[in-house]
Amino acid sequence: MKSSCRVFMHVRRGSLLALSLMLVSQVMLAAETGTQLQRVDPEADRLALQQYYLKRFPHVPMDEYVNGIYAVDADSRKQWDALMAFPPYEFDLEEGEALFNTPFANGKGYGDCFENGGIGIRHQYPYWNREEGTVKTLEQEINECRVENGEAPLPWKRGDIAKISAYMAFTSRGKRFAIQIPEDDPRALQAYLDGKKFFYSKRGQLNLSCANCHLQGSRILIRADLPGPALGHPTHFPVFRSKWGEIGTLHRRYEGCHRDTRSVPLPPQSDAFRKLEYFQTYMSNGLPVNGPGARK
Amino acid sequence: MRRLRSTLWAMMASCAFCGPVTAVTQEEMIRLGRDIYHDKSRGNCISCHNISDPVTNLPGNQGPMMIAMKQRYPDRRKLRAQVWDATAANPLSIMPPVGKHWILSEDEIDAVVEYIYQY
Ligand code: HEC
Ligand code: HEC
Repeated sequence: MKSSCRVFMHVRRGSLLALSLMLVSQVMLAAETGTQLQRVDPEADRLALQQYYLKRFPHVPMDEYVNGIYAVDADSRKQWDALMAFPPYEFDLEEGEALFNTPFANGKGYGDCFENGGIGIRHQYPYWNREEGTVKTLEQEINECRVENGEAPLPWKRGDIAKISAYMAFTSRGKRFAIQIPEDDPRALQAYLDGKKFFYSKRGQLNLSCANCHLQGSRILIRADLPGPALGHPTHFPVFRSKWGEIGTLHRRYEGCHRDTRSVPLPPQSDAFRKLEYFQTYMSNGLPVNGPGARK
Repeated sequence: MRRLRSTLWAMMASCAFCGPVTAVTQEEMIRLGRDIYHDKSRGNCISCHNISDPVTNLPGNQGPMMIAMKQRYPDRRKLRAQVWDATAANPLSIMPPVGKHWILSEDEIDAVVEYIYQY
């Protein structure tokens, strides 16, 4: 027992050093091309992230990253496969479809607010909105659609909004994320950069960054929890999480993880969280939509 | 028996003269350090570092196991400094800067160091 621990310790130390060196070089690369607006290169960032995981988990095919921790950890995968025999989001999906197709009091519906009647469009969200000068998320536009048609907005984190979003994701399954950062509007690139900085910045009393757990720390135990890889994070949202016992949105998850750093969480759909989603989804470009998902 | 009792008495009496620093015995320090090490809302060291103590439950492995501490840290102050601020050695460390960010008090850090130094 002791000797194996010792071996383990040496291996861990070696790999930690290698990892932090890799991270440092990544951060340096980011600093070289990326902390200034003029030089940030999202496509290079995306490819670097893929390379990082290809090296770290060489046997995992790229498309598997839509399955989060289950892509890289065989034990968790087994439990998950059992769970997925009867996906826990099925009822929410049905309700989401019904809600989506129920007309508002004025006779119009969600389909009237979106391109292609709202079907098969999830892979384009979030996107940069030039007129408003801001990142728009799918949930945000679901609520805007309601308000424009005289309905009250829905609460952001759970319930109907997550169900409607789940249905819209479902109609887009298999389409590959294709987030654009329009080159002729530097504000879009700035939004990406802000999201990227958020992801790599340490925060809270515990001084943790998202990258600490989801890059360095992916598939390494924190007590009994295994953080998954950052690549593919948003692809399956909204998610039915067993811990919640219900379906919830990406920003609800952001809020929880943010709180884990012992800092005051930002509200869902805040400017910073939308930019974070923009960055994270851009990183997942090329991966297929597989929402809604199920997680432990 | 009587001798034992009087020895004990002498020990207790001598403790009456202990200054504030030694008012806590080493044993008490270790007990406190152990509580802090394993308690989720205090040090929560166990979430990242395994340690071969029977109370250990679901240890994480983000950081190395707490083992051979005396050999690896002949200078205890270096060990304390690592616990106080892990980012001094590694700015990207996932380990929270326990002292620098006031996660534990200075006394609590001493207790935790006392506890891990036995392993
Ligand atoms: C203390 C460690 C820790 C920190 C810091 C942390 N997370 Fe997490 N996160 C986890 C764990 C553990 C899970 C659950 C396992 C999993 O699904 O990855 C998780 C899950 C997630 C998920 C859901 C993944 C999925 O497949 O459903 C997202 C998205 C996420 N985190 C994003 C973030 C972002 C963004 C930040 C920074 C604001 C962050 N996390 C910070 C530990 C952390
Ligand atoms: C979130 C994870 C995490 C937590 C919580 C944590 N550590 Fe660490 N610790 C690490 C990592 C990772 C390292 C490896 C060095 C580095 O990256 O800074 C480390 C290194 C150390 C070292 C040096 C180890 C060696 O073998 O040289 C000591 C000692 C240590 N930690 C003690 C503690 C104590 C005591 C606590 C609780 C008060 C604690 N740690 C909490 C992650 C953590």
